Amino acid sequence: MSAAQKRQTAAFFILGFATMLVVIPIILTMAYVVFKGIGAVNWSFLTEAPRNGMKEGGIFPAIVGTIILIIGTMIFSLPLGVLAAIYLVEYAKDNFFTRLIKLSVVNLSGVPSIVYGLFGFGLFVLFLRLGTSILAGSLTLAIMSLPVIITATKEALESVPASFREISLSLGATKWQTIRNCVLPYSIPGILTGTVLSLSRAAGETAPILFTVAAFYLPRLPHSVFDQAMALSYHLYAIATQVPNIPPKISFATAFVLIALVFLMNLGSIILRARFRKKKLW
Amino acid sequence: MDKAVIETIRLNLYYGDFLALEEVNIRIHRHRITAIIGPSGCGKSTLLRCFNRMNDLVESTKVEGQILIEGEDILSDKMDLISLRKKVGMVFQRPNVFNLSIYDNLRFGLRIHRMMSEKKKIDEAVQNALEHVGLWDELKDRLKKNARTLSLEQQQRLCIARVIILKPDIVLLDEPCSTLDPVSTLKIEELLRILKRDYTIVIVTHNMQQAARVSDETAFMHLGKLIEFAGTAEIFSNPKEKLTENYISGRFG
Repeated sequence: MSAAQKRQTAAFFILGFATMLVVIPIILTMAYVVFKGIGAVNWSFLTEAPRNGMKEGGIFPAIVGTIILIIGTMIFSLPLGVLAAIYLVEYAKDNFFTRLIKLSVVNLSGVPSIVYGLFGFGLFVLFLRLGTSILAGSLTLAIMSLPVIITATKEALESVPASFREISLSLGATKWQTIRNCVLPYSIPGILTGTVLSLSRAAGETAPILFTVAAFYLPRLPHSVFDQAMALSYHLYAIATQVPNIPPKISFATAFVLIALVFLMNLGSIILRARFRKKKLW
Repeated sequence: MDKAVIETIRLNLYYGDFLALEEVNIRIHRHRITAIIGPSGCGKSTLLRCFNRMNDLVESTKVEGQILIEGEDILSDKMDLISLRKKVGMVFQRPNVFNLSIYDNLRFGLRIHRMMSEKKKIDEAVQNALEHVGLWDELKDRLKKNARTLSLEQQQRLCIARVIILKPDIVLLDEPCSTLDPVSTLKIEELLRILKRDYTIVIVTHNMQQAARVSDETAFMHLGKLIEFAGTAEIFSNPKEKLTENYISGRFG
């Protein structure tokens, strides 16, 4: 074997090893959770409220709470994020101020979630007097999701070839008509991916909802958007660390349901994206 | 007859610091085909894109001088780009039909300009435009089919139809045949000769034979300057400038 071939073999080995190092712990974690938890997941676990200090019963209110929070987050962050990205890509002039905003947006996605949690607590819960509520929690999660949605939308818009805009403009379309007819339809797959990614992150986060919405033990469904709610992530945190003598299989089953929920969301977006991608023609 | 439809007066255009057009004075006449030829990067497409202000899309562009279209200064701040581009249509190098049906491709312009609302009128306009570009007989039974399923030549014809359905005065074509085979190219040229009865046509081409075949007047550009502009026969048989002669005899470019 020549020296170049040896180096090639070594490089492949290192690259493969690095990949394995990333993939194996994820698979092991998932397998462990599924293996330990799936036995406790049954119909009554999914559809009943917790009982007896959360030691028995199901997690129905937490599932509903998480789903409501995901929807609430999407309602606030998706339109705002897409509109902001459209402005940044299509309208804003390329100057120092715009570049500063773009840089800040990218950096915001690296801010620790507990910071968003405290910010949301200060702004929505206290200052705007929304109290610990679904509204305050959704808004906090929405703010956390915005940077990812804006960045993804921005990239999706930028990847639409300039010629698509040119034809439309050359026919006398306004900028907005052009965006609406010739740019947005082709950016939907990218926007969708970014949105689902950031919403699945929001679904799993505990810190942002800790002070803004999460109820420790509320074995009923919320009555309105001003009500508190249980959520899977926080419920998991609570039963795993705050309540003694919880059967471990309940914690694992809760974790399993949370993972399954996120997985289903991602699956849905993959299917939708595949449909839209057939339209993509460049 | 001498009245120019498009006239530029001492036109300079900069991309940033780069001077892409220098002191261009040209008068383009009604119902004629004017070809702009020259080597790559000579500014011929840039000049063409001045006439419907597509250069505005490039952020660092600066234009000096005047461009008059039917006597109106289109570089003025008051110029309405929407009506300008409706009046001065453009066909691009690649047949860039929308990923929509043939019918919707043609309806797009009508819709954005809110020109017609009655279905009967729109159908009529669509038929008219397709007849004009010689596509009606082939396509009348499949107007709902996606335009991208057509051949490249048909797509380019459709692009021309999409422009003329808006009833422009001027049609600009930017190397419209560069992605087509020779037979399709000849057919498009034939179409241009028919269209010149109703429209003023300006065509940019890197194909000298095409300019010789199709145009009435030819402009030769080099390094951002308009070197020579005269009747096509004259340019090709008896060029006045040495540069023009070298170019058309194939010595550079």
